[in-house]
Amino acid sequence: MMELDPLLLSRIQFAFVVSFHAIFPVFTIGLASYIALLEGLLYRTGNPAYEQLSRFWTKVFAVVFGMGVVSGIVMSFQFGTNWSVFSYASANFLGPILAYEVVTAFFLEAVFLGVLLFGRDKVPRGTHLFAACMVALGTFISSFWILSANSWMQTPAGAELRDGIVHLTSWSEAIFNPSFVPRFFHVALASFLTGGFVVAGVSAWYLLKGKAPEASKKALQMCLIMLAFAAPAQLLVGDVHGLNTFKHQPAKVAAMEGVWETTDGAPLLLFAIPSQSQERNFLEIGIPNMASLILTHEWNGTVPGLKEWAPEDRPHMPIVFWSFRVMVGIGLLMIIIALWGAWLTWRDRLVESKRFLRLTSLMIPLPFVAVLAGWFVTEVGRQPWLAYGLIRTAEGLTPSLTGAMALFTLVGYVTVYAVVFIAGIRFLVRIIRQGPDQTDLSEDHPGAHAKRPFSAADDKTMA
Amino acid sequence: MELIDLTLIWIVIIGFGVFMYVFMDGFDLGVGILFPFAGSDEHRDVMMNSVAPVWDGNETWLILGGAGLLAAFPLIYAVFLPALYIGVFLMLAGLIFRGVAFEFRFKAEPHKRRRWDIAFFGGSLVAAFAQGAVVGAYIQGFEVEGFSYVGGAFDWLTPFTVMTGLGLVAGYTLLGATWLIMKTEGDLQTLAYRIAGRMVVAVLFVFLLVSLWTAVAHPHILERWLEHAAVLWIFPTLSLLAGVWLWRGLGRRAEGTPFIATLALFLLAYLGLLISMWPYAVPPHHTFWDAASSPDSQLFTLIGLLFVIPIILAYTAWTYWVFRGKVRIGEGYH
Repeated sequence: MMELDPLLLSRIQFAFVVSFHAIFPVFTIGLASYIALLEGLLYRTGNPAYEQLSRFWTKVFAVVFGMGVVSGIVMSFQFGTNWSVFSYASANFLGPILAYEVVTAFFLEAVFLGVLLFGRDKVPRGTHLFAACMVALGTFISSFWILSANSWMQTPAGAELRDGIVHLTSWSEAIFNPSFVPRFFHVALASFLTGGFVVAGVSAWYLLKGKAPEASKKALQMCLIMLAFAAPAQLLVGDVHGLNTFKHQPAKVAAMEGVWETTDGAPLLLFAIPSQSQERNFLEIGIPNMASLILTHEWNGTVPGLKEWAPEDRPHMPIVFWSFRVMVGIGLLMIIIALWGAWLTWRDRLVESKRFLRLTSLMIPLPFVAVLAGWFVTEVGRQPWLAYGLIRTAEGLTPSLTGAMALFTLVGYVTVYAVVFIAGIRFLVRIIRQGPDQTDLSEDHPGAHAKRPFSAADDKTMA
Repeated sequence: MELIDLTLIWIVIIGFGVFMYVFMDGFDLGVGILFPFAGSDEHRDVMMNSVAPVWDGNETWLILGGAGLLAAFPLIYAVFLPALYIGVFLMLAGLIFRGVAFEFRFKAEPHKRRRWDIAFFGGSLVAAFAQGAVVGAYIQGFEVEGFSYVGGAFDWLTPFTVMTGLGLVAGYTLLGATWLIMKTEGDLQTLAYRIAGRMVVAVLFVFLLVSLWTAVAHPHILERWLEHAAVLWIFPTLSLLAGVWLWRGLGRRAEGTPFIATLALFLLAYLGLLISMWPYAVPPHHTFWDAASSPDSQLFTLIGLLFVIPIILAYTAWTYWVFRGKVRIGEGYH
């Protein structure tokens, strides 16, 4: 029998459970803000369209958030089960940061979610709005801490290694480590883009089907205006983030750009097939000098090649290189769609442009692909380190872990997540197929608060 | 830092957090375990709706337990999780299935609902059993070299831990049943009374069995008990009194008393366990003080937690108040 490598299996397992988990919060962060906005607009205007939209998206939110929560619980134990040496070594920093995330964010989200989902008829409207805001706030506080922890693993600061254990020298330097601020804004924008494109895509599809046309048009317009700012902004923030990586993790950038030899005036490669073993690329197509210009702001600037690092210190170039291109490609597509949509909104031709509506609804899965690709760039690009320059991935593994144990849980997680994911997607599709029209018909019991009974017919009276 | 023992404060905080988890997720896991005993689909709806608004907050205490251990007692985190590797996976898989069932069950087509009933029941049962086995494994101790676990994958699974696992299943079932007594009425409440009555007997029996077994298998614990018998007699006595209080509460159809009395039973068992194991965090070698993170990290986290935890307790209490009272058929947002 082939020898099972617990290290490789643990890496696959971590990549799998964290990728699976990552797609949910990146959506719910954006969606939570949207729901809070809808609740706020409802509170101020009393327009039933906002209640209709809020009720509908809250249903979607509940399913997605549920999957995010359960896959998140797995994450908080994954460090200990498979990476106990790393956990023990880095506990002085990562422990407090994760503990702060739990007490300042997770409780806020979890507890107020109950009120948001089940409390519409039990609390005053203002309180319900407050609950929606607390859930949204919780998602942001959560990303603050978890991105601080992740950024610290990319660019450790404010800490020193004594006898193999991380000890803090400065909490503020550690929390606000060099890559944290650009990463935070990059991820926050990614969340808005993901939430925005999903809501826009679903609304565009409803417009095509003639479902809840007034509310859908309103939702689509709201999203497109936001996306028209957020999508181009992401290009700028992404550039700042890239420059930050170039400064602190140049090996990662070499892999992103597909540069083997240190080059003056490096080209921006549009296509290449990098070979890790042969230390070269095949079939390169590139724009001369562009990579140097972007990274150094000089025509002939120097970009260090991956060969500057010993083979055992290099990240895997093909994965990083291609993930980066997938992310950037989708990002550029988002900018085009967002600007086109904003123009159509401005000219008030949104509903007529069937081609735009169809394309926008096809965009729904792409932000998720972009987000995962982005995480692949940064996480695979950090290898072979767990905490960059401090602790290697291979050193962090649990010593008592055997290949068979790791294989068992890997197969287990894949099976469990496949069942949950397939069921979850099917329920989401069903909720979305039903649409906002019917959302309310089944639950029009007389509430304690002045709640307008409304139905599809009310749509026509909506301003 | 010599004046204040941070580690001792942290033992209190983690002890509190773990107890909050055991008690709060305990009753909603218990409701899951009771799922197949409900007579009808409407009753299952009510059972699930009685915990649906709060289960997520309840489960967050488990994450606090994990993150809190990493922050304050990294050795516990780095030994328990590898040692309980398979058990932790089973617990997480259980929690995943029961967690998604809250949403999925109400969204499934009627003929597929059964699957999510089973997921909710099975997930709750497996999670409860695995947590009980963790308690047993803690009493058993761990094979450790330096700061790493060096034992095998199934060292945690012994007849003793199977018994503690089943014991906690019984305990959570009792908590779930007494919760339902509080939150429901009619046939469902009658059923809850009946099951609670049986579970009191089962739980007290397990208490006794675990205590005797521990005394036989771990002479050093028996030694400690005998040494401090002058004080420790209070625990079995109070437990018995709580059992009687619970039993009589059930007998006179009280609605709140059984839940409170069960809570008291849990608290007594929990304190008894800690006192028996004191001061070992990773028995048989490492104490809580060996397991502690650096004082600097403990202090940094403590400052925030002391400030935030009261706020969490306040808004958690507020949501329980919002969702107070009986849950009736047909309620819920679905």
